[in-house]
Amino acid sequence: MVVAEVRVELKKGVADPEGKNTLKALELLGFEGIKNVKSVKVFEIEMDGSSKDVGKKVDDMCRKLIANPVIHDYSVTLK
Amino acid sequence: MKISQVKVCVLRIEGTNCEEEMFLSFKRLGAKPEKVHLKQLTGTDVTPEEKRSLSDYHILALPGGFSAGDYVRAGAIFAARMKSRLSEDLVDFVKSGKPVLGICNGFQILVELGLLPAMSGVMSDVPEAVLGTNDSARFECRPTLLKKVNRGSCVFTTKIPVDKISMIPSAHAEGKLMFSMENQTKILKELEDNDQIVFKYVDPEGSIAGYPWCPNGATDNIAGICNREGTVFGMMPHPERVFFRYSHPDWTRNPDGPGDGRAFFESALEYASKKL
Repeated sequence: MVVAEVRVELKKGVADPEGKNTLKALELLGFEGIKNVKSVKVFEIEMDGSSKDVGKKVDDMCRKLIANPVIHDYSVTLK
Repeated sequence: MKISQVKVCVLRIEGTNCEEEMFLSFKRLGAKPEKVHLKQLTGTDVTPEEKRSLSDYHILALPGGFSAGDYVRAGAIFAARMKSRLSEDLVDFVKSGKPVLGICNGFQILVELGLLPAMSGVMSDVPEAVLGTNDSARFECRPTLLKKVNRGSCVFTTKIPVDKISMIPSAHAEGKLMFSMENQTKILKELEDNDQIVFKYVDPEGSIAGYPWCPNGATDNIAGICNREGTVFGMMPHPERVFFRYSHPDWTRNPDGPGDGRAFFESALEYASKKL
């Protein structure tokens, strides 16, 4: 079995209100020295098949559902 | 066709929660709406009596809510389910000139489906826009003022004069309409040229204004867009919530006339009864 870890993040330049709000809340809690907080979504997809095959299928999944190309970059790591 | 013969499919899945108001808005005007579960159209897990076909309806309405729990992205799961089984039916529906309405979560679904903005063709393979998290990172629930900027293409707003400011309430966390950064200028120009921009968030004077007049930080304050033909229309605010005047926050001071949302449904039904 192959486990594909899909990391979906906002493209550079796209506003990340969730990250910004988390940063603000952490600072309010007294944490100092935070440079930036970025929200990232991770999916783990377990599949049977060869790494090559799974990688290709997961890439298609990202295009069709998991990421929106308008604002997202995604990367797939096979484990 | 008489308005009483216009059949409206109010489509829902788990998590849809504005179907009742949507259904009633069409029913109160004398049309024949029906609340239909997606499975009734795809024919899965339903009895033969429950099965429906999209082509039997004249208008498709996607109501607001939190379909499939807003998992992955708001509207993405509903869109994926429709795309997997109903792609051809949807394309045929739009090609035959039948109107499609998406309110709030319904708008998010139309964008994820690629039925809006549909820059080239009827339905794009991958989304060409997105409704992202509001700039405030909060659920924004408030009356919003919308100025109609559409010059006449949109069949859902023909009864609303250009430049009229309507009060239509917003209630969403992901309503920030965005296009790809590289092509944004080009897309906005095309939308403008094709008369696809329908509403913009404005202040009481009718000027483009920031938060809180624009609840989400949408590109160019755009609240609603349509396809090039004007038959597929989506917007974040909820016209079905202001069908009656008494739903307006200032109704005791301005009690006369219908609610600002009624004209959307009247426009669509007039189009369907005259053109279909």
